[in-house]
Amino acid sequence: MELTGAQIFLECLRKEGVEVVFGYPGGAIIDIYDQIPNYPFKHILVRHEQGAVHAADGYARATGDVGVCLVTSGPGATNAVTGIATAYMDSIPVVCFTGQVPTPLIGNDAFQEVDIVGITRPCTKHNYLVKDIKDLAFTVRQAFYLARSGRPGPIVVDLPKDIMQTKAEFIWPEDVSLRSYNPNLLPHTGQIKKVAKLIEQAERPIIYAGGGVISGGAEDELTWLAKSLNIPVTATLMGLGSFPGNDPLWLGMLGMHGTYAANMAINNADLVLAIGARFDDRVTGKVDTFAPKATLVHIDIDPTSIQKNVAVHVPLVADCKSALSALKAEMEPNLDAVKAEEDHAVWVRQVQQWAETHPLRYKKGGKHIKPQYVVEKVYEISNGDAIVATEVGQNQMWAAQFYKFKKSKSFLSSGGLGTMGYGLPAAIGAQMAFPDKLVVNIAGDGSIQMNIQEMMTAVCNNLPIKIVILNNGYLGMVRQWQELFYNRNYCETCMDAQPDFVKLAEAYGAVGFRVTEEKDVVPVLTEAFALPKTCIIDVRVDPEENVYPMVPAGASLTDMLLV
Amino acid sequence: MRHTLSVSVENEPGVLSRVVGLFSGRGFNIESLNVAPTLEEGVSLMTITTVGDEQIIEQIVKQLRKLVTVIKVVDLTELKAVEREMVMLKVNAEDAKRAEILRIVDIFRCKVVDVSVDELTLEVTGDHGKTEALINLLARFGIKEIARTGTVAMKRALQA
Ligand SMILES: Cc1ncc(C[n+]2csc(CCOP(=O)(O)OP(=O)(O)O)c2C)c(N)n1
Ligand SMILES: [Mg+2]
Repeated sequence: MELTGAQIFLECLRKEGVEVVFGYPGGAIIDIYDQIPNYPFKHILVRHEQGAVHAADGYARATGDVGVCLVTSGPGATNAVTGIATAYMDSIPVVCFTGQVPTPLIGNDAFQEVDIVGITRPCTKHNYLVKDIKDLAFTVRQAFYLARSGRPGPIVVDLPKDIMQTKAEFIWPEDVSLRSYNPNLLPHTGQIKKVAKLIEQAERPIIYAGGGVISGGAEDELTWLAKSLNIPVTATLMGLGSFPGNDPLWLGMLGMHGTYAANMAINNADLVLAIGARFDDRVTGKVDTFAPKATLVHIDIDPTSIQKNVAVHVPLVADCKSALSALKAEMEPNLDAVKAEEDHAVWVRQVQQWAETHPLRYKKGGKHIKPQYVVEKVYEISNGDAIVATEVGQNQMWAAQFYKFKKSKSFLSSGGLGTMGYGLPAAIGAQMAFPDKLVVNIAGDGSIQMNIQEMMTAVCNNLPIKIVILNNGYLGMVRQWQELFYNRNYCETCMDAQPDFVKLAEAYGAVGFRVTEEKDVVPVLTEAFALPKTCIIDVRVDPEENVYPMVPAGASLTDMLLV
Repeated sequence: MRHTLSVSVENEPGVLSRVVGLFSGRGFNIESLNVAPTLEEGVSLMTITTVGDEQIIEQIVKQLRKLVTVIKVVDLTELKAVEREMVMLKVNAEDAKRAEILRIVDIFRCKVVDVSVDELTLEVTGDHGKTEALINLLARFGIKEIARTGTVAMKRALQA
């Protein structure tokens, strides 16, 4: 039987097992919307296309599956770009379908025409314009395959309106392999042996885990490696949750706002195992002085990540799971657990001492509520079991520092792009995937206003997300830089002119709370977390609190400003 | 150092902008670029010459391989290869200088492809060294116009 392009498209989504689509209709995509009621998945109508992509991204991060969004041509597509770039920088599998003007009009500056394939070329893993109905099913299939395989990333598929109206036979392509794309990189045996030997010989090893451990599903293998060989673990922002945040070997995050222990350990280690990480400048500080005493081993699925920012001694191109499994197979038979424990005992004690002398801390007892205290309480009240999304800025760093992530896929944050406005829609995506879990968005008063319209999406879908605003009345992270490096010239970072967030919550049909005293933090959070409703908790925190430790941009990791 | 990369790509719309966009977006430079279809249907060959230290060239090669529409990348600089470029030059050639220019034409085995009262248009084919040498030699006569194909290259049959 012949189907229209719109139907073929939706059949493809069904074949891919899509359960939720985040989208926003428009003229160029109306043929698809016309058919959506006939298909089994849920469509979530967002209030801005940026929200659709972040929601799909949050869904993808929380589940590990591909997130799907659907937007119209022109402004719908350009509104999606920030979301696409956000997913790109963090290697998140998202497929974004954009409407396009009919093929005969392409290139004519038609109404709502934009070259979205051109615009998103540098911020997608790959993208497509479907110009022939015969290519439609195969392209959709490829898009999902590319998004999730290898190093994951966002894919854009541009769908001209006439293609959606053309009829053709629906043939689901079983084979999706491409001659120019081979994502299955198996670890080189020689390199595995080399790494095993290095680990055996190391006296002061450390694991530096990144988002690749999570997207590669290598958490168990990582934990095995650390625990059986007694190796301390630090992680990037993207790697939080890859190793239990309450384990004694856990050092906390490294880098610009990393812990003293993590940064000192990197500086003194004789072996750094970088796993699924990419030596981002926020992590390394000054590259010349990064891990100066260490042999660097770099395991990553993407060859371009290797030797890009830092010259490493032993590269190993493979997905983290196969690499670590191979390493385990190599090391386990000869493993002497007692010896491994003793071998690194002095080093582990040293590292723990650093953690004891300079733990993450903040000054207590002032007249203001401390934002770190709020995050600690969010952690305690949620038993560490919440999915935590964040906005960007100080709120994000405090969430990363003071919430101890026990499991992977429970921390959703825009790391690479640092997109303010990410958290609320990402929380929506996560809550759609896990209706029964507690989903908290730790927000800043500035960022939350960047996609505040998605409150309506949360409320009308009965999503009981908890938005905890660490309200400092400032674009706090920028103010912190101005305070520390720009002579306290707080130019345009004071944002104390703000809406009444409680009334705003109520206007959307959500529940609003305001907390101005420390003693109310616990009772209000407890009450809000128990409510089956979308809640905003506006916590007025110390306006001039800073995030510490801090390694100034471009400085060495040991040059930390401490509390 | 100058490297010549031979890049096989799927011949589909946008593939050139993917490659070029990669160079501009990551701050790599392209010295010359040549694209044309190959014998295999649907496959085009790009020959790109670029300059950079080893680490940059390694990045370029890896980034190119990562593009979904790129089938194969070979750095011909590491192999025995034949490289050629064709250059057309329009040179000032008043009577007094004409004889000398024609002698150079002879030595370099160029062709004269167009003549006017005071100009000669020459065609030369050769590797980068040869074409550069010719351009340098003719510069003092005054080169009025130049058009070049960019390098094309091929691996030699015997690599030993
Ligand atoms: C879309 C976007 N615009 C600007 C910035 C630059 N920026 C980084 S942090 C920050 C301040 C965020 O303020 P707020 O949300 O109140 O968080 P706080 O740092 O106060 O916790 C700004 C403006 C950004 N990251 N993203
Ligand atoms: Mg703020």
